[in-house]
Amino acid sequence: METFTNNNKSTKIKESLIVYILIAATAVTIFTTFGILFSILFEAIEFFKMESFWYFITGTEWSPGVEGAKYGAVPIFTGTFMITAIALLVAVPIGVYSAIYLSEYASNATRNIAKPMLETLSGIPTVVYGFFAAITVAPVVVDIASYFGMEASFNNALACGIVMGIMIIPIIASLSDDVITSVPDSMRKGSLALGMTKSETIKFIVVPAAMPGIISSVLLGISRAIGETMIVVMAAGVRANLSANPLEDMTTVTVRIVDALTGDHAFGTPETLSAFALGLVLFVVTLILNIVSVYTIRVFKEKYKSSNL
Amino acid sequence: MENQKVKIVSRNLNLWYGNKQALHGIDLNIYENKITAFIGPSGCGKSTYLRCLNRMNDLITGVKIEGEILIDGKDIYEKDVDEVSVRKRIGMVFQQPNPFPKSIYENVSYAPLKHGIVKKGKECDELVEASLKSAGLWNEVKDKLRDPGTALSGGQQQRLCIARAIAVKPDVILMDEPTSALDPISTQTIEQLMIELKEKFTIVVVTHNMQQAARVADYTAFFHLGDLIEFNETEKIFVNPKEKKTEDYITGRFG
Amino acid sequence: MKNKVNNKKQNKLDNPFYDPSLTKRHLLDKFFKSLSLSALIFSLVFLIIFFTDIINKGIPSFKQAYVQVPITYSAETVADSIYAVEEKYETLVSRAWFRDMPAYVEANPTVMNKTINEWVLADDEVDQYLKGHNNTLNDDEIATLKELQALGQVEQKFNVVFFTTGDSKIPENSGFYSSVIGSIMTILVCMAVAFPIGVMTAIYLEEFAKDNKISHIIEININNLAAVPSILFGLLGLSVFINFFGMPRSSALVGGLTLALMTLPVIIVSSRTALRSVPASIRQAAFSLGLTKWQVVKDHVLPIGLPGILTGSIIGMARAMGETAPLIFVGMVVFSPDAPSDFLSAATVMPAQIYTWAGMPEGAYVEKVSGAIMVLLGVLLSMNAIAIYFRKKYEVKWQ
Repeated sequence: METFTNNNKSTKIKESLIVYILIAATAVTIFTTFGILFSILFEAIEFFKMESFWYFITGTEWSPGVEGAKYGAVPIFTGTFMITAIALLVAVPIGVYSAIYLSEYASNATRNIAKPMLETLSGIPTVVYGFFAAITVAPVVVDIASYFGMEASFNNALACGIVMGIMIIPIIASLSDDVITSVPDSMRKGSLALGMTKSETIKFIVVPAAMPGIISSVLLGISRAIGETMIVVMAAGVRANLSANPLEDMTTVTVRIVDALTGDHAFGTPETLSAFALGLVLFVVTLILNIVSVYTIRVFKEKYKSSNL
Repeated sequence: MENQKVKIVSRNLNLWYGNKQALHGIDLNIYENKITAFIGPSGCGKSTYLRCLNRMNDLITGVKIEGEILIDGKDIYEKDVDEVSVRKRIGMVFQQPNPFPKSIYENVSYAPLKHGIVKKGKECDELVEASLKSAGLWNEVKDKLRDPGTALSGGQQQRLCIARAIAVKPDVILMDEPTSALDPISTQTIEQLMIELKEKFTIVVVTHNMQQAARVADYTAFFHLGDLIEFNETEKIFVNPKEKKTEDYITGRFG
Repeated sequence: MKNKVNNKKQNKLDNPFYDPSLTKRHLLDKFFKSLSLSALIFSLVFLIIFFTDIINKGIPSFKQAYVQVPITYSAETVADSIYAVEEKYETLVSRAWFRDMPAYVEANPTVMNKTINEWVLADDEVDQYLKGHNNTLNDDEIATLKELQALGQVEQKFNVVFFTTGDSKIPENSGFYSSVIGSIMTILVCMAVAFPIGVMTAIYLEEFAKDNKISHIIEININNLAAVPSILFGLLGLSVFINFFGMPRSSALVGGLTLALMTLPVIIVSSRTALRSVPASIRQAAFSLGLTKWQVVKDHVLPIGLPGILTGSIIGMARAMGETAPLIFVGMVVFSPDAPSDFLSAATVMPAQIYTWAGMPEGAYVEKVSGAIMVLLGVLLSMNAIAIYFRKKYEVKWQ
């Protein structure tokens, strides 16, 4: 009787070859991560050979390219922080409330309009948002400010923050919608059966239950805002300005990275290498935010063992 | 049945899920401070009818209700009746225990505080204690009131849900198969609880377990395919059923 | 009236469910719902304002001003084209026309030694004036222009230049065409790399990889990559492709490779989802016929998952088309007057062109940016619509 040697040798070889090719393809992503990490790390280390790391992290004066250049990145961090904070002030309330309406009140017809609408928001290229921020929103802010007797720069942080917030709305709304929908219905029924109104049920039972997921979406939004480039390059300032006034112009980490590498300075000077030092900070911070975000939502998933996230 | 005060009366109650009629002309009395059980095979409409009593069916889209349900003489389906107000007076315990993801204390205090039944602080503490005692849970949780309600065992969670319903000081407590998800010992505890609770409350319980109805209920209603086949004192239903269908069900001919 | 009041009182007394304490709570309930709805409407209102603004600003760019003036073709004027028109018309005619005039005469020798009324491209300030925007025309120029208008020798024609030429220092001669070609070439490179590698990775992870620590790490790695800011891919492109491998700066090749790395995670994730949705029963049936794993995947799983994979890829492609930041660092924000001739020559892409024009001082560029944005958004929206149509058409509902 013939033994079951269906696959002859050449098929086996061909099969293993294919698997090796697949593995090679998969390895590309690993090399990419290492590539990013090392290319940034390598140049950042070169920078920190020339400039003090401690001052970079804590110093408040950023004045490159002049005699006695200083590279204290705190004003750059605060600029990023300010614009991100404004963005969140716009995106979180609107995103979460939109998600609440979509998951708790909206009819199917409404959902079929609203979901594509939010997808459109997220599909607008950031360079277009940047143009809109610089040409349309910033002058309006300047006008409104002067109406109240205040002076606003045309590169004010407020315009950037608002437009960036609008860009982030879909991220928060979409993920929050998913988590709110997956809160078990039995909880809502339990609350309504006690004589609570729908909004009370949402406010005190559903949203707190969905909180880990909502927080996760906000962290993702922060990560996106911090790493956003075009909106701020086109609408924010270039000077490092340590200020708490959103009407002033200030710069962000991403703007300075672009500025450092598109100027006329030679590669290898502290000025150009500062881009990589800032890039390293950006990489680490967004990585941490993303990891915490994923972990938070895993906690939520396990809590409700739902599968539609 | 003589001289018993009627708490709830339904007259010719019909219900449709879309085009499908699920309840046909139900006329039923629920007596005050008694336990009434609804029995019948799966899909007979007993849970659907239960949900009509606290207007929980209003939450399902496509449901149409005709007929009257009078509680203390007022038809709760009339236009000037606030369904939230109805649910304040008619509480419900569900088949799957569904404590809120909050502490045991907050689970019980949440609704009474919102309804303004008690104020925060001592008044509220006393109500929580009394409710948990009535539900027979106090001794087991009195030292861990701040622990999450979801950390309790299944039977304890269900008693927590009962305490939560009691805290709102309703007149009636509806129970939709409250022990079907629980182990036999927890089931026994809760059945005992039901009998204690009927002193203060009117209890309506849906059960697919006839023996449970026989153990706890004063009155039993037998539903079949959306009709109320027979309603009587429990003993009379089980010992001497008037309808053939009832007899067939009780003797296990279908189930 | 009296009866009504009495009836109301009667109702309140009769109704054991009348609970005044609930009125406030019901009001709050309604308010909360309105608040949530208004949040949703905010986004809608923004989109309406946004699109209206862009379209208002951009529509004028599809028209360009032309003037009809007598042109003298002679040896002298070919030598110095500025003499081909009367002095009063000099500043009204586009510098681009002056620059190209000698070549035109060479190609059309029959016009030599003639004076012909020709329609020529007008200067951008004429165009701005006609469109009612700020302009730098002085009174004399405006007077001359009005004369021509009276004679019907000023027209706003469809802006062919915009769609057929590349960037230019002369605003009226600037077009979007070279960046469109640049985008197409860059995306071709991007997809040629990202699609096969991405799909292969997805196939490996879904069908072949064992459920061990290494594959978990790979998954985490891909998810992290998907969330890395795009600017960092630009730094990667600069360091690795340009500095290390010495590839030509500003080329579609480098740009495409950089975008490919950025688009990989998107394609991998969506392809995995598509493969995962193929029911296990299909695989089992194929295996039971004695096929090898690869044969099962190639002949049975992949064809079914293909629509989903393509949908995800189109969406990834659309995202890549709108990206600017990473391309800044590999030099694709360049002045690109001509469409790139091959994948190694300098090129720009649509969003980068928008970025460049947005930084130009001349007022004429505002409308060009807006027009370019309209084109870009049109392309992206169409791609997304195609992807969604595709997804809906080939969505097979499994039991």
